[in-house]
Amino acid sequence: MLGRASSCDVTPAASAVSCVIRSFRGSLSPVGKINNNNSGPGERYLPRKMAAQEVQPSETIAKLKLESETLKTKLEEERAKLHDVELHQVAEKVEPLGQFVMKTRRTLKGHGNKVLCMDWCKDKRRIVSSSQDGKVIVWDAFTTNKEHAVTMPCTWVMACAYAPSGCAVACGGLDNKCSVYPLSLDKNENLAAKKKSVAMHTNYLSACSFTNSDMQILTSSGDGTCALWDVESGQLLQSFHGHAADVLCLDLAPSETGNTFVSGGCDKKANVWDMRTGQCIQSFETHESDINSVRYYPSGDAFASGSDDATCRLYDLRADREVAIYSKESIIFGASSVDFSLSGRLLFGGYNDYTINVWDVLKGTRVAILFGHENRVSTLRVSPDGTAFCSGSWDHTLRVWA
Amino acid sequence: MAQTNSYGQSSNGVSDESPNMLVYRKMEDIIARMQDEKIGIPIRTVKSFLSKIPSVFSVEALHLGTLMAAHGYFFPISDHVLTLKDDGTFYRFQTPYFWPSNCWEPENTDYAVYLCKRTMQNKARLELADYEAESLARLQRAFARKWEFIFMQAEAQAKVDKKRDKIERKILDSQERAFWDVHRPVPGCVNTTEADIKKSSRMKQPHKTRKSVYGLQNDVRGHSPTHTTTPEVREPTVEVLQQQIQYWQAQLDRHRLKMSKVAESLLSYTEQYMEYDPFFTSPEPCNPWISDDNTLWELEASKEPGQQRVRRWGFSFDEVLKDPVGREQFLKFLESEFSSENLQFWLAVQELKKRPVQEVPSRVREIWQEFLAPGAPNAINVDSKSYDKTTQNVKDPGRYTFEDAQEHIYKLMRSDSYSRFIRSSAYQELLQAKKKKSKNLF
Repeated sequence: MLGRASSCDVTPAASAVSCVIRSFRGSLSPVGKINNNNSGPGERYLPRKMAAQEVQPSETIAKLKLESETLKTKLEEERAKLHDVELHQVAEKVEPLGQFVMKTRRTLKGHGNKVLCMDWCKDKRRIVSSSQDGKVIVWDAFTTNKEHAVTMPCTWVMACAYAPSGCAVACGGLDNKCSVYPLSLDKNENLAAKKKSVAMHTNYLSACSFTNSDMQILTSSGDGTCALWDVESGQLLQSFHGHAADVLCLDLAPSETGNTFVSGGCDKKANVWDMRTGQCIQSFETHESDINSVRYYPSGDAFASGSDDATCRLYDLRADREVAIYSKESIIFGASSVDFSLSGRLLFGGYNDYTINVWDVLKGTRVAILFGHENRVSTLRVSPDGTAFCSGSWDHTLRVWA
Repeated sequence: MAQTNSYGQSSNGVSDESPNMLVYRKMEDIIARMQDEKIGIPIRTVKSFLSKIPSVFSVEALHLGTLMAAHGYFFPISDHVLTLKDDGTFYRFQTPYFWPSNCWEPENTDYAVYLCKRTMQNKARLELADYEAESLARLQRAFARKWEFIFMQAEAQAKVDKKRDKIERKILDSQERAFWDVHRPVPGCVNTTEADIKKSSRMKQPHKTRKSVYGLQNDVRGHSPTHTTTPEVREPTVEVLQQQIQYWQAQLDRHRLKMSKVAESLLSYTEQYMEYDPFFTSPEPCNPWISDDNTLWELEASKEPGQQRVRRWGFSFDEVLKDPVGREQFLKFLESEFSSENLQFWLAVQELKKRPVQEVPSRVREIWQEFLAPGAPNAINVDSKSYDKTTQNVKDPGRYTFEDAQEHIYKLMRSDSYSRFIRSSAYQELLQAKKKKSKNLF
């Protein structure tokens, strides 16, 4: 291990084998595993300049820093110039929304511990959910029947996703991997036997999503990166570096032709990425704490975020700025997950204070607060046809609301 | 809301707190306001608390209050269960020593000392609850070898307590009990000290974690399972800074729209789709989740598209491409115009991108042969620039080999064929929708 140049920031004395996994913060990319060869899963890293190599003249660095800061300030000025009106002002002419009746229509009980993640199947009724106890369950939410269950080898399965075909699910968490399980029609078949290990990160898997194909998966990780993988071969197709801390969430743009996705992280940034090139094409940094959830507005021109700073925000890609904040003085706990209704008029937010707040996206006001869960809401998704949304909670249950 | 705090705010005033600390600080701000001599609540009853939280419905106030109690900021003086109720019961504020922002992680040895001490105090109100008695029994088994030491500690504390003033003792007892109600909650109650494992490692000052309430020795906490050490901030290198500069420059060159334009666009999109949004317009015949009737889904799966669905294709070209029935109809239309190869090419390239990586090169060649090669049976027309680029790309086949050509064809269909499709008699007929069969069921 000591022979690997610059991989680990260790003194000989501290080079205990326990220092295997390490992640750099700041502007450097994550470091690969000990046995990382260059063809391994995407760990491009910028080697630290060792003392033996040339020392960077500090004036050059200072000058470049200044240039970078100047450009950043200029960018903020340019963005501000086009800020001629607020969204909620323009929205004053829109009819205010009436009272909503939203109730729990189904309660899914069966997990033995905190529900951490869920996803809908394209058939609009099936759901996959994952839990701290290592279980991944596939439900027919309409009948509340459990259809499949898999026990993962690790606890804290933080991410799960349904394949577009409905024939497989992906999941992962503390094992740093994303695995795909084909769903068998034979209820007795042991799903775990057919498991396919696809993604390999150097820290926990925080989110995963199939692209519009069963053959590709997009992942985000505590190692600060996102990555696109070929399911069949496990090959890394593209990696995305740019976050300065754990990446907690991602969402694919809804376009038929687009190749972009957005990610949010503990560095308080939301980044928009080009899937083809791996480049970060836009970045937004206005939250005051971790971004736990990002979701595109249905047209794909904007996206919402939920954060530990107890606010949700709307960012428009064409205006290149934050265009709305959804907050209230009485909401002091973080938002863990957000999603839009089909038209984009409503934003549903699941919060760490056990409630779900429903926001009028255009006017910026809250239109409903939903009680029911007995612990944090950790995950929330609207169904593919918008007829309902499902929330998962640390109270071990999932609820479908309509 | 200037409140001095020592929770590790960085010197430039920008909060760099962990998410937990952020929430604790907000709750403590509320506590401070509650305790303020002028605007706070009289230290008698919590009823007026409900009117002090600004702009909040009382249900929400109760809920927030319950959460603050569950985190241990105040507590009912005669109940283990930490909630806030609007029934005139009395509450007490918790001493800041026990606040969760002090990063308490008390060990079981401390809990053992506490429970043991309780048994030594001959007051009916301090009798152990059932779950506490069970815990004590379990701890006695677990710490059998240490028990003498634990017993001694408990004895010593009980002695000190006896010397205290009666009222002071009552208050301290209740505060201590409330502390343990947070860290060893009544079975069935939420344990608010449970942390999200993704964030649990990011306490600003891990060495400040307090583990022992009574000064017992405890093992040092090992690394969190999600991170090994807190990273240092490094000076960026020249390379990195140059990348940053490039990035900012690219952002500056970006074309931006005015807010007013963007706002209008968001409004009109939402307006257009609100009739399709089940939260605003009840779907026909009914919402399956509300009525327990899934006819809606069966109708959607059928090949006959309803009028509302057909109308949606007119909103944008993407709507046609998104809907399998829309694609089918559009293809039929293109066939009638002898330009179906465009859509077929577009679909083939979409499908190519979904293939496993191994299958890509051969599929690329097939698509090339069918649509672009000289003498191709389904030749498409692309501009020469895209054609040349594609010719080059094919030599090193990948998922994005046909990206330029596909974009060109997409734009062509959207600006040309699509508008004719919407005006076509075939589409207009579908739009006039004959009555849906389900309506004539009886």
